[in-house]
Amino acid sequence: MKKQTETLNRPDNTAFTQQRLPAWQPMLSAGIVIPGFVVIGLAFIGIGVALFVTSQNIQVLERDYTGVEQNSDNDCSRCLNRTNCVCAVQFNLAKQLEGPVFFYYGLSNYFQNHRKYGVSRDDYQLSGDTYYFENPEDDCIPYQYDSRNRPIVPCGSKANSLFNDTFRLYRLVGGQKKQVPFDGKGIAWWTDYNLKYRNPTLVDGSLAKAFNGTVKPVNWPKPVYELDTSDSSNNGFLNQDFLVWMRRAALPGFRKLYRRISEGEYADGLPTGNYSLEINYNYPVHGFDGRKKVFFSNVSWMGGKNQFLGIAYLVVGSLCIVMSLVMLIVYAKYRFPDEDS
Amino acid sequence: MLRRGLNRLCGGDEKRVDSRTIYVGHRPCPPTEAFIPPKFCDNRIVSSKYTVWNFLPKNLFEQFRRIANFYFLIIFLVQVIVDTPTSPVTSGLPLFFVITVTAIKQGYEDWLRHKADKEVNKYPAIRLENGQRARTYSENIKVGDVVEVVEDETFPCDLILLQSSRDDGTCFVTTASLDGESNHKTHYTVPDMEKDLESLSATIECEQPQPDLYKFVGRMHIYKHDQETFVRSLGPENLLLKGATLKNTKKIYAVALYTGMETKMALNYQGKSQKRSAVEKSINGFLLVYLSILVSKALVCTSLKYWWQSREGQDEPWYNQKTQKERDTYKFLKMFTDFLSFMVLFNFIIPVSMYVTVEMQKFLGSFFITWDKDFFDPEIEEGALVNTSDLNEELGQVEYVFTDKTGTLTQNNMEFIECCIDGFQYKNRDSCSELDGFCVTDGPISKLQEKAGREKEELFLRALCLCHTVQVKEPGPDERTELDQVDQVDGLDQVDGLHRPLAQAQEERGFIASSPDEVALVKGAMKYGFTFLGLESKTMKIKNRQNDIESYDLLHVLNFDPVRRRMSVIVRSRTGETMLFCKGADSSIFPRVKQEEVDRIRTHVERNATEGYRTLCVAYKRLSPEEFAEAEERLQEARLALQDRDEKLTAVYNQVETDMSLIGATAVEDRLQEEAAETMEALQGAGMKVWVLTGDKMETAKSTCYACRLFQRGTELLELTVRTLEGGRRREERLYELLQDYHKKAVQDAPPAKPGVTRSWATAQQEYGFIIDGATLSLVLNPADANSSRYKSLFLQICQNCCAVLCCRMAPLQKAQIVRMVKNCKGSPITLSIGDGANDVSMILEAHVGIGIKGKEGRQAVRNSDYALPKLKHLKKLLLAHGHLYYVRIAHLVQYFFYKNLCFILPQFLYQFFCGYSQQPLYDAAYLTMYNICFTSMPILAYSLLEQHICIEVLMDNAILYRDIAKNANLRWGPFLYWTVLGVFQGLMFFFGVRFLFSNPALQDNGQVFGNWSYGTTVFTILVFTVTLKLALDTRHWTWINHFVIWGSLCFYVFFSFFWGGIIWPFLRQQRLYFVFANMLSSVSAWLTIILLILLSLLPDILLMVFRKPKTHVRQKPRLTSAGAPKSPRASARPLLMRTFSDESNTVC
Repeated sequence: MKKQTETLNRPDNTAFTQQRLPAWQPMLSAGIVIPGFVVIGLAFIGIGVALFVTSQNIQVLERDYTGVEQNSDNDCSRCLNRTNCVCAVQFNLAKQLEGPVFFYYGLSNYFQNHRKYGVSRDDYQLSGDTYYFENPEDDCIPYQYDSRNRPIVPCGSKANSLFNDTFRLYRLVGGQKKQVPFDGKGIAWWTDYNLKYRNPTLVDGSLAKAFNGTVKPVNWPKPVYELDTSDSSNNGFLNQDFLVWMRRAALPGFRKLYRRISEGEYADGLPTGNYSLEINYNYPVHGFDGRKKVFFSNVSWMGGKNQFLGIAYLVVGSLCIVMSLVMLIVYAKYRFPDEDS
Repeated sequence: MLRRGLNRLCGGDEKRVDSRTIYVGHRPCPPTEAFIPPKFCDNRIVSSKYTVWNFLPKNLFEQFRRIANFYFLIIFLVQVIVDTPTSPVTSGLPLFFVITVTAIKQGYEDWLRHKADKEVNKYPAIRLENGQRARTYSENIKVGDVVEVVEDETFPCDLILLQSSRDDGTCFVTTASLDGESNHKTHYTVPDMEKDLESLSATIECEQPQPDLYKFVGRMHIYKHDQETFVRSLGPENLLLKGATLKNTKKIYAVALYTGMETKMALNYQGKSQKRSAVEKSINGFLLVYLSILVSKALVCTSLKYWWQSREGQDEPWYNQKTQKERDTYKFLKMFTDFLSFMVLFNFIIPVSMYVTVEMQKFLGSFFITWDKDFFDPEIEEGALVNTSDLNEELGQVEYVFTDKTGTLTQNNMEFIECCIDGFQYKNRDSCSELDGFCVTDGPISKLQEKAGREKEELFLRALCLCHTVQVKEPGPDERTELDQVDQVDGLDQVDGLHRPLAQAQEERGFIASSPDEVALVKGAMKYGFTFLGLESKTMKIKNRQNDIESYDLLHVLNFDPVRRRMSVIVRSRTGETMLFCKGADSSIFPRVKQEEVDRIRTHVERNATEGYRTLCVAYKRLSPEEFAEAEERLQEARLALQDRDEKLTAVYNQVETDMSLIGATAVEDRLQEEAAETMEALQGAGMKVWVLTGDKMETAKSTCYACRLFQRGTELLELTVRTLEGGRRREERLYELLQDYHKKAVQDAPPAKPGVTRSWATAQQEYGFIIDGATLSLVLNPADANSSRYKSLFLQICQNCCAVLCCRMAPLQKAQIVRMVKNCKGSPITLSIGDGANDVSMILEAHVGIGIKGKEGRQAVRNSDYALPKLKHLKKLLLAHGHLYYVRIAHLVQYFFYKNLCFILPQFLYQFFCGYSQQPLYDAAYLTMYNICFTSMPILAYSLLEQHICIEVLMDNAILYRDIAKNANLRWGPFLYWTVLGVFQGLMFFFGVRFLFSNPALQDNGQVFGNWSYGTTVFTILVFTVTLKLALDTRHWTWINHFVIWGSLCFYVFFSFFWGGIIWPFLRQQRLYFVFANMLSSVSAWLTIILLILLSLLPDILLMVFRKPKTHVRQKPRLTSAGAPKSPRASARPLLMRTFSDESNTVC
């Protein structure tokens, strides 16, 4: 062979060009898969049990206060077709609701994830860019300008439809109504509150003046700079309820965090007893077959109560175990002689 | 050949009739006549497609003619015009990317062409203007200009040689850049050309430009003041082609004939017709399915949307009121735009990137063929050549192999074995070279005296020495002087003492010929003492056994052509005798000689043929002066004809070559190619049917087939040749009878063939071989009577049941005809043609895959092929290893692409049911855009380039594995359905898994809730991980590149998500993903769901793999289980990476 004569034409003799790169060639054999499945199955069952138990331990108190049906525990049916109506939901806690307790409101058949609804906002406005106070995005139509052609801030259907039922919880102790304090801080994402949303720079030290020349959204009773006049850090776009609302829900049935109950004597939870939840019933859902609910719940490391995850883990885990058994039988019966040879 | 046929069909007819007239030196001829300078195109070569100005529009236009690009353009336009869920950027960006990359690539290629054009066009040339040499550029040369070319320069255009600096009016040319033949070819000046070009007044009449490099007809009228005009015929030997280089000649003068784009070189640049692979057809089929899925999804969503909206309160709840414009829009228009919006939303199911990836895979993948050192042949110092990368995977699908015999199965390295003179056999043995060079063996027919008469012997050897077109290779310039001296001494007198150096010079002397047979014959004659010294100015010199120089005037060469299958020369000896020597195939010689001579030689010829030698018969004839005069006149006449010159010449040749006497026959051995038999066996083992198509005679071809083990001892041969058809009755009847008979034997009586690929392998079934010859074949294919298809289908059925088919005595076009017939038969099998010569070009072009062997018969086959290999033995690796791997890779690539886009878009489709059919995208625009471009594209590309599901050695050793993928096995509807079901299953898993998780959106331990973008991001994260890990599961061959790319993509996805969500992008109107990904990762539940769903989605695949595995690959890789511990991929890869390449590093394989 004249192999010594290296020429230009000769292909490079490297592992790559010759497709001979050293390679790991895994094969899924029974010897790996069966123990693998057993291990995975056991791990999953373990996690599943943990999840299931945790989820079981989460207490949830759920009440529908839409008022479509006559209910003994609430009188909200009278508010169904009225505005500025106050109704109350009565409930009894037989067992202490461990703290911290989270108070959610829930809406169903409400399409916050509708595309048109979702884009109907102006993030530039919401980050405090005053140029867009005068010229809101076209996406905000039909809530871009009011009938007198003044710009709406915050514009768009999303802001316009801000959930405006308000709640007060009373504990009934010996015929006395004792208000349970709500904590409204930290219910929105930290990044939303601190980074994404911004109030406009104050004009003459006043937030209201920064909104000069704009009007409030059509459905709002008061302008954005009066959302929380008691706490300036919770006012304007940085109002936590507003921020929570602006984060669109994924599904038409959703819940949103309203308050936490973690103060004072309620830090350990809601003690047993009778409670009355007073509701300022403002938000109409009857027109589109929607429902309104409230939830009192505590959370665990896995979040709110959700049985799905625990059950799914248990099912998949046992599936893995079953499959490994089936494989074991199949292999014992048919394959092992092959493997040995 | 086909192309030419096409050209002829496509309105070339009138042009061909037309001829052009050229005025040499632009002088009117005859001088008195009015001179109208005819218009021809200038000598600029424009191979570039674009100019700076038209690049953008033209390139864009061409790109959007591709159906896929056009589709995406439409989608993009819909997004721009209609209010759609995703911004135009999501589909515009990938499209822009694809278009830009393609445009840059094409622009770069065009720039290279521009550069090459410029180099050619600005090539300095010297033109004679009014007798003065004027320097100019090549591009300025016009038809009719007289041009000077000096040694080692290339010709600026197609020229007719007028004058050469060599005395004999010849010049040497190498056409290496045209057809790769590097030998020197002799070209001749126009006969009787005047010395003074300035006073030359002549016109040239020639045919219109045509691409065939080897054909040219024309004539030259030379006008002289005092005499009548001469007419000289012009042939290819007078024509100097653009691109060829002048060698061994100081300078020449020539007149420009064809310029610029009309030169034969430029005409040959026209691209070959595109071959499309079967995989592409599958892709198109799948595309249709996905397109209908897309449309039906959009339809379902649209109709559901309007049904849902018709319910009270749902159409326009107070919180989400419509704009005035929306209310005013006509309802059906709204429905239509909604439909379009859904189309846009789901259009990602058909990805742009698939085309890009497939093309990249093909382009890059073909490099592995060129790089393969196993294809490197040290003799010619070349490796494989890939002319088209579109057909890589087709190499894994070949069902029929059509191979040429000479030069492909055999080496085309001819060796003179023996000859037979007047019925006596002379065998050449090196060991017993006697004084007279003859060694007589006891052949079966040797008679008492054991030798033919000396006169006959010498006549035979003279015939061998004269009857050929061999040239003697000129020694290099530095040796020339030395040899010249020897020649001079030699020429003066024959001194015994000088014999030795002269002999040495002769030994070194090389012969060049178009066919290696001729060289073998001349060399054979040399061994017997007759040496051909060369041809100088029409005089052939030979040295006879007495070391005397005999010289003969070469009067005419009646060229060889494959139809006549013989060639002749007419020479005149010094004694004034005019003789015609003719050599050719026995079938073409025997009818033209006396019958009693034939009988003496026939047995020899047939015996030699069955031994696998190539036989030629040699005959001669003395021509009386009258005969010669007549022949010469007719020849001259035929040569001057502008139309049908070939036909006329052939007619004259046939007339001249009659009543000859047979002197003998020669046998030349053509050795089998290295590993020809092994290769053929492997191909048959792989389930391919091998057909040998040769122009050779049946006996020779048959013996080659036996030698190659195409026919085995037990193979029953079914013959359908002229011989078997003889039998008194009409040939058609006999043919039909035989066909029926064979059909019964091979088709009907054969055990019922199991459908599919496993048929008849390794069963003890009678194997049949089929033999047919050209004449019979034309009877089968073009029968005289009407019921033609009857023969054809019978013939095809028989052939399909035979293990090997031999077609001998084939004309080149018949070869193509056979290939076409098989290609178009039921099931349209994939065909492959392999050949090395010009006569194989037609079948190489016709077959699905054409392979050229870089053999000795020039480069035409290579130029027209899709792949070129140095040797036949390389075919085995090309098909069994490369073809198999490429097929599996691309099949997986295609299926995977459809799969990953199905499970990408299905959740988005399902989400419509939960968002009021509002076309809300589930994923963020960045994810939609990047999914196919960045997150999932690289692993599959790496897979499709590097995967070896079975390692190459195993593939080579077990040809039977090739049958696993036969008939497009991996891209049929079965596997497609599997992938689709898998995609649907996973899509459902992703969506509903997360749906149930989000039934309580409070997923963090601080009680905060997640929104819709968290939902989408969770689904997307599961999606990216699942499809990537699915590919990882399928990867059987983990090189470091795979590791890098797979884990790298996943890391990139995570990194990108953090990055994309970590910054408030000023150019985005909505910061939808701001910290969504990070927040998702802060939720334990999300983590657990992601892990669960990934595992659950991959579970069916893992199970399937485990249960299926032992059946298929257990026997090939017993060691593997121990090699691959899945927990430590890095650990097992690292030590291997550190080793340099050596054979041991493949031990894992």
